Amino acid sequence: MSLLIDVGTVLRGTVCDLYSNLVTRPTGAAVRTAIERQVHEVGEPVVTTIDFSQVSLLDFSCADEIVAKLLLRYADDDGPRGYLLFSGIQEEHLDPIETVLEHHKLALVSWFEGAAELFGCVDQIGRLHWEAVRDVGPVDPLTVSTMLGTAPTESEEILERLRHRRLLMRWDDGFTVPGMVRGQLT
Amino acid sequence: MTTVITVPPSLDETSFEAIVEQLAPLPPDEKILLDARHVRWASPFGLTSLLCVAQARGDSAERVGFAVPENADTASYWSRTGFFRHAAELFELHGSVPRSRDAHESSVLLEITPIVKSDDVHGVVGRIREKSADILHGQLGLDAAVTGLFGMTLSEACQNIVEHAGQGGWVAVQTYKYTKRLGRRVVVIAVCDAGVGFRKSLESAPNHRKSDRWDDAMALEDAVLRATSRFRHGDSGRGQGLAGIRRFIGRWHGKLSVRSGTARIAITPEWDEDEPMRESLPFFPGSQMQIIIPERIGEPAAKKSAASATAGRPRPRERSS
Repeated sequence: MSLLIDVGTVLRGTVCDLYSNLVTRPTGAAVRTAIERQVHEVGEPVVTTIDFSQVSLLDFSCADEIVAKLLLRYADDDGPRGYLLFSGIQEEHLDPIETVLEHHKLALVSWFEGAAELFGCVDQIGRLHWEAVRDVGPVDPLTVSTMLGTAPTESEEILERLRHRRLLMRWDDGFTVPGMVRGQLT
Repeated sequence: MTTVITVPPSLDETSFEAIVEQLAPLPPDEKILLDARHVRWASPFGLTSLLCVAQARGDSAERVGFAVPENADTASYWSRTGFFRHAAELFELHGSVPRSRDAHESSVLLEITPIVKSDDVHGVVGRIREKSADILHGQLGLDAAVTGLFGMTLSEACQNIVEHAGQGGWVAVQTYKYTKRLGRRVVVIAVCDAGVGFRKSLESAPNHRKSDRWDDAMALEDAVLRATSRFRHGDSGRGQGLAGIRRFIGRWHGKLSVRSGTARIAITPEWDEDEPMRESLPFFPGSQMQIIIPERIGEPAAKKSAASATAGRPRPRERSS
């Protein structure tokens, strides 16, 4: 089961129907709370897509309140199950989002300019593994290790770490990017 | 008896110190008159800081007097910035105040606007967005990406008032030719209040430990350079606003200065020779912030700050395959 949450609609429904800019901490906190409520009411879907396409401006405070805090909740052992996928992120949103990801040592998966992309703090070898899964997934660790020339156990560990960070998800005996098969949205 | 404080003919963040020097030694109940009759020009910082003088003397039984500029052009311009609309609520005005009209001044991106609550920040960011794109990209020749970052910077600067001042303040944004130092057009954001200031704000944090060195200068260093916030205790994401402003001005060769209490910190670009830190200034409450972004002339397009979380790897859209 998947859920699509339009952040612009949440903003206008929660804070003010005239707003299209995600600015100020109280606004960000209100929007995040509304998103968490929706996720809870739907019963913690496998993949929740957070869509920013209707958001004009995003400041650091809202990036921290919404993006970082949602990711931190999902990273928590007691947090919601399932995976977060972001979409509709525009060039202007990148600076605050990347800043808060760096600050909290977080990463996220987003559909960005026609492809699944990884933003934030992931080391080079982790990023290569993630991109291999994105490009050919669902895929098993042995195939990934062959593609990258790494030891199978190393690839297995790296992919598992990415899954633990909810940047990848299990798919039968292999891995895939949440909500995607071979780079395309499912 | 009334003490007359002379407002310098050209009022900006530097000459504002002359007002503070005259004001600081006066007892709180001293009746004062700000004499602006001979002022010919004032920056957004100067205008918003003048309002803060009245705010700072709010406990006084009598309103601060204010003698309006005699030069008709100056008074008219101040009127178009919205200055007199707010000044009338704070000062006892003397002299001829031009009739209030809607501001159609092309150099005024945002007339002087009070900031008290979060909704005010939404209003400011929403109002300035379209006009700032025309000015920043169209007139100052900056990369199109500047518009969103400018809005973010404005938002974060204004939120400092809402979250830390303990009372309202004002924001103003104007563009003008910065002849004195640069000989280029600039866009200037001024965000000023006479609230509690950075030192007291940080002291209110539960985990704050005072040291022998603790003063306004150290508080400014903590807030501006080390992204310390009184809310950091229990929320590690706080304090990123000023860090974001610093990155913004670094990317566009701009300047940031913040005065609070008895200190003033400045993050200066290559075209400016301001002192990085000034201490032991005469006391003035609250915080007064100025951000200057200059016109781009014959330089390569501004590069993204190296502080980016994705520094060292190509942006996704720049991938080779």
